[in-house]
Amino acid sequence: MPSITWDVRDGIAVVTLNKTDSPVNVISQSVKDEVYAMLTALERDARVRAVAFFSGKKDNFIAGADIEEFVTLKTAAEAEQLSRDGQAMLDRVAAFPKPIAVGIHGSCLGGGLEFALACHYRVATDHPKTQLGLPEIQLGILPGAGGCQRLPRLIGARAALDIILAGKSERAPKAFRLGLVDELVPPAILQDITIAAAKRLADRGPMRRKRQGGLLGLLLDGNPIGRLLVFRAARKQVLAQTKGNYPAPLAALEAVRHGLGHGLQAGLQREAQLFGQLAVSDVSRKLVQIFFATTALKKDRGAADAPPPVEVKRLAIVGTGFMGAGIAGTAVVQAGVDVRMKDADLPRVAKGIATARAIVDERLTRRRLTKFEHARLVALLSGGADYAGFGAAELVIEAVFEELTVKQQVLKECEAALPASAVFATNTSTIPIARIAEAARRPEQVIGMHFFSPVARMPLLEVIPSSRTAPQAISTAVAFGRRMGKTAIVVKDTPGFWVNRILGPYMNEAAHLLLSGVGPADIDRAMVQFGFPVGPITLLDEVGLDVAQHAGEVLQTAFGERLAPPAALAALVKDGRLGRKAEKGFFVYTKGKKGGVDEAIYPLLGVQPNGGIPSAEIVQRLTCAMLNEAARAVGEGVVRSPRDGDIGAIFGFGFPPFRGGPLRYLDDLGADRVYADLQRLAERLGARFAPCEVIVEQARARTRFYS
Amino acid sequence: MSLLNGRRVAVIAGCRTPFCKAGTVLKEARAVDLARYAARELLERTNLSPGAVNEVIFGQVVPSALVPNIAREVSLLPQFPKEIPAFSVNRACASANQAITAAHDQIALGHADVILAGGAESLSDIPILASRRLADILVTASKARTLGARIATFAKIRLRDLIPVAPAIAEPSTGESMGQSAETMAKQNHISREEQDRWALRSHQMAAQGTADGRLTDEIAPWLPVRPGVDIVAKDNGIRIDSSLEQMAQLRPVFDRRYGTVTAANASPLTDGASAVLLMSEDAARAHGYEPLAYIRSYAVAAVDPGWQLLQAPVWAVPKALERAGIEWKDLGLIEIHEAFASQVLSNLQGFAAKGWEINEAIINVMGGSIAIGHPFGATGGRLVTTLANEMRRRNVQFGLISVCAQGGMASAVVLERR
Repeated sequence: MPSITWDVRDGIAVVTLNKTDSPVNVISQSVKDEVYAMLTALERDARVRAVAFFSGKKDNFIAGADIEEFVTLKTAAEAEQLSRDGQAMLDRVAAFPKPIAVGIHGSCLGGGLEFALACHYRVATDHPKTQLGLPEIQLGILPGAGGCQRLPRLIGARAALDIILAGKSERAPKAFRLGLVDELVPPAILQDITIAAAKRLADRGPMRRKRQGGLLGLLLDGNPIGRLLVFRAARKQVLAQTKGNYPAPLAALEAVRHGLGHGLQAGLQREAQLFGQLAVSDVSRKLVQIFFATTALKKDRGAADAPPPVEVKRLAIVGTGFMGAGIAGTAVVQAGVDVRMKDADLPRVAKGIATARAIVDERLTRRRLTKFEHARLVALLSGGADYAGFGAAELVIEAVFEELTVKQQVLKECEAALPASAVFATNTSTIPIARIAEAARRPEQVIGMHFFSPVARMPLLEVIPSSRTAPQAISTAVAFGRRMGKTAIVVKDTPGFWVNRILGPYMNEAAHLLLSGVGPADIDRAMVQFGFPVGPITLLDEVGLDVAQHAGEVLQTAFGERLAPPAALAALVKDGRLGRKAEKGFFVYTKGKKGGVDEAIYPLLGVQPNGGIPSAEIVQRLTCAMLNEAARAVGEGVVRSPRDGDIGAIFGFGFPPFRGGPLRYLDDLGADRVYADLQRLAERLGARFAPCEVIVEQARARTRFYS
Repeated sequence: MSLLNGRRVAVIAGCRTPFCKAGTVLKEARAVDLARYAARELLERTNLSPGAVNEVIFGQVVPSALVPNIAREVSLLPQFPKEIPAFSVNRACASANQAITAAHDQIALGHADVILAGGAESLSDIPILASRRLADILVTASKARTLGARIATFAKIRLRDLIPVAPAIAEPSTGESMGQSAETMAKQNHISREEQDRWALRSHQMAAQGTADGRLTDEIAPWLPVRPGVDIVAKDNGIRIDSSLEQMAQLRPVFDRRYGTVTAANASPLTDGASAVLLMSEDAARAHGYEPLAYIRSYAVAAVDPGWQLLQAPVWAVPKALERAGIEWKDLGLIEIHEAFASQVLSNLQGFAAKGWEINEAIINVMGGSIAIGHPFGATGGRLVTTLANEMRRRNVQFGLISVCAQGGMASAVVLERR
């Protein structure tokens, strides 16, 4: 069965791409071969005056190049050749003697958009599913089939760099405003209008497009001096964001700049060359691995042989504080479910609803929602001081005060109000799920769902079954977390679960460094340079010192001295230095804005800031503390696989993605080296660094987490 | 057994927003917001599967020009499937009665099993109209072909054309305002100012008691503001726990300054609010596992000449409803009479007494009435059905009556039965 078919109607070849054996269209080698064959046939076919090209998939135009082919590349030369092949095909499309119009509905990404850019006319549907973008940067590569050349030529350098460097997708109306597509139409007439456009081009010859962006466009995009400014600003922004850890955005910038300066052919050549280098780079490999891991997680039900999840239409939430409200607002925005909130009294409920509503409102302000969609979503939020409405809920998530008896009480009350089939999820970060479930009449329906704050922004969800949790409760929690836009990993019911467990020793070590006189800003700077989005001291301020202290105590109780936080931190908590929420922490806060280090911490900690130690040592101490605990936890089966562990660390607290996660990083460093580092640190700083059994064993047997 | 034809119809549950004086705490909500709120909370309280609802019927007296069919906006709540048809009705102050009895008919006929009925009114958000001349000019301008023609049309606007027109609560056929009608009834039926004030005071006292012991507030879905810093409204805000006859006596009559007796204190206030009632066929109630509060035994409507005693039609509607129910006045264990004005309530009671019916105040408006609680025109019937059905259950009363007078000289009466 061919993927590309067509019939000729009234002088127009109406082509449909419907890739066989694939739910979405991707540009694979076989598709490329068929494109060539199609072009040859259509060129010869005297009946054909123009071409109208469509996708046969529902809500998908072309999702991109075939990533499976991309990962088999071994050398830069191979990768460069792949890029050149793609460019050659699209050159053929662009130079095709008969005009080609594309009708775009659904996702049009990466190679798909590059294909559309090479065609002569683009019509897109105004449907929300129609998204256009070049996400290559997210995989550590650049658009290598002419995207870095044709996009800036079509919409100007500034707008093109916005799309290429962020790797983001634009909805069709925005793409239309940018000039990326020529017409915006309702889905029902996409085919007719595209065919009409093809006819028009055949009759009247190629169309001329206006320069985009008005006067500013002329000043900045339309001449070399303006473009110099644009490139300079973009470069500065890229460096600020990547700290030089990600080569792809700079390479893309170079490909665009080179092409605009030296012409299309030179640009294509440079683009392919850079693509080749990036494609086999370590960073790209890591990002692709993460992509595959998250893709695999999306298909994972969370437990072997778990039955399909129960579809949640109505979510009940107990506890309408910041966490509960965050879950409510995110559930409404992302999953569109009916949400009923409950707390002890109406003022709390009202406050919770208002907080949840603010998450929906923000989408309206950012124009991600129309006012009608917004009105529908806010009508999904309601609440009360009793359990009214819980009788129709498939899932309840409690986010009440972090105390066992309170949570057990809520569990009992919920069980009385819920249907027997409903899942009760507890959002705890420190209490064992099994302990909470001791109060349950239906412990098999009790599970942990550990969200991270702020819920609307943090992409990770830890799902924690107890030993008695039913498999369908697991799949239901995982599936609902996914509908909320979260990446869900299933972790074992042990103190700290995964994320807080491995974060604990890292934060403790940061505190040890502080107490040895290293400045907070030095510690943060070293870790941000390492690739973390924020440093550990800033993170302490953001999380709240009291919260961190409590989490630390839990780990200490469970695991002993190894995970004991330095006692001196308690002095800061006692001083009311709870971090950002108290506008008083390690740093100075003025009207919610973070300033420099608050000098008052030094006497409280009983230290004098000294000259500090080299960044490399800071990084080594902090990462070794984390890697050691991560390896130990994997050995205990806290995560189901190294994959889950790495994804948890990346999405949970921003472990540098280009390093692939702590376990990949450990593999890269080599267990023997980490073992030696830990030994040395243990001798110098204490037993907390004693290498765990997993590392000892890996160093001895020369094994790894990933084969 | 009901003497009405067809299947028996059960009242499953009802709830409402707080009833609040117009221009106060609910003033930012539109009637449709209030209606949706009440309907949604009723879903919550009953744990009803929204897909079970076959029809939504709502009453409203002064509809917004922007939301002409309020019931459809209720049935388009995101909790419901979009395929639930809905219509809105207007029988003036008996509009929610009309919604509920229309629901009864649809269920009795077998056209529906489950219906959500109710009513809503926002007198804070009444349509303010442009003057007729301004409206004409705007229509003409919208048809103008050229800019010049349009400007020329707009040039005809005079300052006085810009004065907006507010709808009046007056009878279109007689021009008499409702207050004047109440005044007329007081005079013709010889009802004194003291008697009216006493009834109004009783209304407040009973309502205050119903609020204090939770019987009234149980029916109310607390209104949670969407913006922080705005107060939660958990009860009706017109009920005065501390009013006295002395205070009331100080007020000046509104409609007849010299010889009048109708004051702000013995009339119902302009009010915002909404109510919703869940009705089911007896079989559907059983199938969904609900224990009905009550059943609709019968109902009737009547009308009189608006130029005579505008609010005296209950005296005709009630006997009809009782006759259809096959019961007598003395069989009633609880009675809810809508209180537009104290003079109207006392006139109605006088009319009933004239039929030889004994008036037992102990079973009438046992949680107060519209004078204290307020009267959002379209919503009152839903409140009365909910209150009566709940109280019939509490007292285990077999028969209860609702009597509502309405603008246009109309009235609606409904008989509920417990078993």
